Order: sequence, then C-alpha cells, then structure tokens
Amino acid sequence: MATNSYWGCHMALTLETRDLTIRFGGHVAVNGVSCSFRPGELTAIVGPNGAGKTTYFNLISGQLRATSGSILFDGTDITGHSAPLRTRAGLGRAFQLTNLFPNLSVEENVRLAVQAERGVHYDLLRPWMARRDLIARADAILDQVALGNRRQVAATALSHGDQRKLEVALMMALEPKVFMFDEPTAGMSIDEVPVVLDLIAKLKQDTSKIILLVEHKMDVVRSLADRIIVLHNGRLVADGKPAEVIASPIVQEAYLGITPGRSAA
Amino acid sequence: MMILSGDPPRSRVLSALLVIIMLALLATPFIFPGAKAMNVAAKICIFAALVASYDLLLGYTGSVSFAHTMFYGIGSYAIAIALYALGPNWAAVAAGVAAGLPLALLLALAIGLFSLRVEAIFFAMITLAVASAFLVLASQLSWLTGGEDGRSFQLPELLRPGTVFVPKDWFGIAINGRILTYYIVFAASALMILALLRVVNSPFGRVLQAIRENRFRAEALGYRTVFHLTYANCIAAVIAALAGMLNALWLRYAGPDTSLSFSIMLDILLMVVIGGMGTIYGAIIGAAIFLLAENYLQALMGAASAAAAEAGVPLLPGLLHPDRWLLWLGLLFIASVYFFPTGVVGRLRNKPRPASGR
Repeated sequence: MATNSYWGCHMALTLETRDLTIRFGGHVAVNGVSCSFRPGELTAIVGPNGAGKTTYFNLISGQLRATSGSILFDGTDITGHSAPLRTRAGLGRAFQLTNLFPNLSVEENVRLAVQAERGVHYDLLRPWMARRDLIARADAILDQVALGNRRQVAATALSHGDQRKLEVALMMALEPKVFMFDEPTAGMSIDEVPVVLDLIAKLKQDTSKIILLVEHKMDVVRSLADRIIVLHNGRLVADGKPAEVIASPIVQEAYLGITPGRSAA
Repeated sequence: MMILSGDPPRSRVLSALLVIIMLALLATPFIFPGAKAMNVAAKICIFAALVASYDLLLGYTGSVSFAHTMFYGIGSYAIAIALYALGPNWAAVAAGVAAGLPLALLLALAIGLFSLRVEAIFFAMITLAVASAFLVLASQLSWLTGGEDGRSFQLPELLRPGTVFVPKDWFGIAINGRILTYYIVFAASALMILALLRVVNSPFGRVLQAIRENRFRAEALGYRTVFHLTYANCIAAVIAALAGMLNALWLRYAGPDTSLSFSIMLDILLMVVIGGMGTIYGAIIGAAIFLLAENYLQALMGAASAAAAEAGVPLLPGLLHPDRWLLWLGLLFIASVYFFPTGVVGRLRNKPRPASGR
C-alpha cells in the first residue's frame, strides 16, 4: 500500500493543499488555503454557506482545477490530474447533491463502483453477470449501508435519505485512502442519520485512512471530528481541536455568530 | 441464454415477434421467392445490424452521431472499388475488407478522441461535418468512386445467380449463388447483432450506460469516459462498415444514394426510435417495421384506395392514393413515437428500465 515508501520504510499517507486558490471571474471562492491532513484523523470542515467548503472539496477531488496553488497526495503533485485519475489514486468522494445513476438499479450503481475499483474497464467479451465477484462485493456493501433490501430498485425511486446512503456506498466501494463526505446527513430524517454516522465512525477505526467531512450540524461535528478547520469567504480562518475551535472568537463571529441557532444544536 | 449474453427479450410478445421475424427471414427464399421479397428481406437483415450498431451509440452511450452512414458507405465502397478494380474474385473481397475496416476504425478513433472529450453536441456537429465532407469527396473523386453513378461490379463466381447448387426440381426453386449470398448476409447480420448484444451486456457495456446516465459521476468513479466512448464509437463504426460491405455484396453496387446519403441516416434514426433505443432488439423490430412499410405500404394503399373507390366512399380514395404513402409513413412515425415513446421494445417490456434486470 505504501506507494511512497521511497526510503524503504512505511510512510504514512499524506494529503496536503498549498496556497490552493480558485477564482471565478472576480470572485475568489477558495483563497490560498494551505492545510495538510493526516491518516487516522477525521477533519471536519465547517463554515457558513458560500464559505467555499464544497469548492475546496471539488478542487481536491478534481472536479475543478485550481487557479493557483497545489495539491500533494501520497507524495505526488496531483494538481494537474483529472478526476478519474485522482479517484484511481485513492481519493474517494461522496457528493452533497445526490449524484447517482438515476435509472440504474441500486445494486448496479454500487456494482459499477466496484467494477471501477477492480479496474474492469474494457472487458467486453463476457456478460457482466458472469462477474459474480463484483455483484457479491456490491451486495456486501449495500448490506453495510442498510440498503440490502432495496437492491433492484432504480436509484431515482429511493427516498432522499436512502439516496444519500447509496452515495456513501459508492464511495465505500471504491475503497479509497481518503474519504470525502460532503454533508452526508443533509436532508435526512432523524431516524436515518444514525446509520450514516455509525458508518463514518466505523471507517474511523481504520487509522490508515484520511477522512474529511463537510458538515453543518454541530452535534455531528462534535461527536465525530478529531479536528476542525473553518473556512470563511474562501479563507482558512481556524484550525485545531474541536473544543478550541468552537470556543475561538473568530469562529463565534464568522460562523456561529451568523447562525446562532446552530451553536445550540 | 449464453448466446443472448444473459439479456433475454424479457417479454413473451417480443420473443414471439423476434422468432417470427427470424423464421420469416430464414424462409424468405423459399416462401417468397420473388426478387422484391428477397431484396426487402436482405435489406432488413443488413439494416437490423446497422441500426443495432447505431443503437450502441445512441441508446447506450447517449451520443448522437451523424456519421454512421459514412462508415456504412466506407464498407460499401471498399468492397465495390476492390471488386471493380481487382476483378470478381475472393482476393478482391478480402482486399476490400482489409482496406475498409481499418479506414473506418481509424476515422472513428480520430473523431472520438477529438470530439468525445467535450459536450455531446460537439460530437454531433463534428460527425455531421466529417460525413458531409465524405459525401462530397465520394461524389467528386469519380475516377475512384464512379461519382454520382457509383460503382457496379461483378461478384465472385460462387455468389452469382448463374451458379446453381441444387436444381429447381428439388425444392421448387433453384438454390443458386444469389440464395447463398442471401444466407451469407443473414448469418453475418445475425452474428453482428449477437456480438453487439454481448458488448452491451458486458462490464464494458454497463459502463457505457453509466456514462449515459451520469457522465460526471462515472468520471468521479474513476472511469476515463472519453476512452470508453471512443471505444464504443469504433465498435459501432466497424459494425456499420461490415453492414455496408454486405449491402454492396447484395446490391453488386455502391453509390451515394444506396450507402452514403443523409436520407439513410434519417432512416436509421427512425428505425432505432421506432424499435426502442438502448435495447439492441429494437433494431430488428424497427428495421422490419420500417422497411416493410416503406416497401409494401404503397401497394397496400393502392389496393385500399381502389377498394374505397369501388365502394363509393368519398375523399378516402384520394387520401389512400399510393402517391400519399410518405404522408402515411410520417403519420405512422408520429403515432409510434407518441404511443411508444420508449419504442416498441420498451413498450413490450413495459418496465421503466431497471436496466439491471436479474
């Protein structure tokens, strides 16, 4: 696994952004964000709406290209790599707005992710059903996210909460080194939230993974995060242990001050 | 089921229809021995394969190409020019295949890598431009292609009507080179359709559907979609070229009107939509319905018009006059799109496509 074992010893996985910036016309959505993420640590990225959290995610996973700055992953500069290449390198991403294959079945959605992870790209000489290994793996993942009984349903027919779970299942199927959750519980009903939180907690137990989480709900952040970074107007304004960050004046003003209701949540 | 690549028709009516079409095509030389019936049957075979290959693009990847007749034409002209220049022998047929397929493949590869990176509309425009250029080229380079007149040629000895294998008194018709050619066309078309079924139901084919559904997400899963789309474009182009070769062999001729024109492109589009996009089976149904209507609707209308006139019904004889057949074909098409928006096959399967139907 240690692709960066340059000196013959096992080095830990690293993900780092350096002065990462993107401009849309005159608007600077992410402004010189330098931050490095360590394995075994769940970092929550918080900030008011429009702070640039999702844009920051898009820059890391390759859906957007940086105007300036760089991204280093596992010892390699991936700033110029396309999204598919970054995924293959081990950056997994679950999207905020549900982003699935709507008319394909739930199982097929996950099976396609498993197929991508196993590198089955151009196999056109046998029926897909002959690859029972891919189907079995997909089914195992669906059981983990409690969607095992919805396998044959078209993704578009799922409830919103189930679609979010499927989104997470797709990322898990990629077996990434970095998990990027973008508001995984947004729009979920109260009873659906624990399934996803348990999943993330379970992923945390594997200390070789980096987990990034964009989240609005402060109770979720408190219970899961080992570290919080705060983005405000595209800038990194705070970085530290959850208790410190939440107590810091800049966060009270920049984030919690704007939406005081959330601090009590 | 293995031969259908694990994707059975999933509807009794559809299965029955397909079996009837297959049997009718198989038996055509014996039950409808006329030249016209044979021509229509051969055209149904060839177009079923051609339309199926177009379905791989339109129905499975969602890319609209206007260059499909170009590849069809490349196949037709490759055979025609080779046999015209090298004489009626099998070496010439082999030379035609050896020249035509790589040319189709290279063009498809170039178009794909160049234009499938970006939005679908760009691919459509590029294919339109390249196909127009090719059409002009084919009619201008008359020393090579015969220009507007096209190229007629002689078939190898074995495939000529004069070559009789079984005399007439055995089955009521003489089994000659023409019938052998028909069965070659039938078998080759069937093989191509089975091959396409295999492709669309392979792990690769599932990725194509994923790209059609949500290309952005497919890329986020790690699929480099431009290569998948280009690959599909190449497969479709090669099958189209092969269908063009069969067309040339059957007609003993290749010209702009029979293999390159945009009206054929429209016919292909209509057939794929009538039959049902993204099913492959739809190509067989679409080709059969469309070509039967095109060839027999006029005769049917003539009879109906005469009957109406005889019965003294006003207006009807004029409406049903054979000259109005295009009007009726158009109405038939509008009706079929309106009532079967997912095509005949989609309607018969009658499910909102869970695609992974196990």
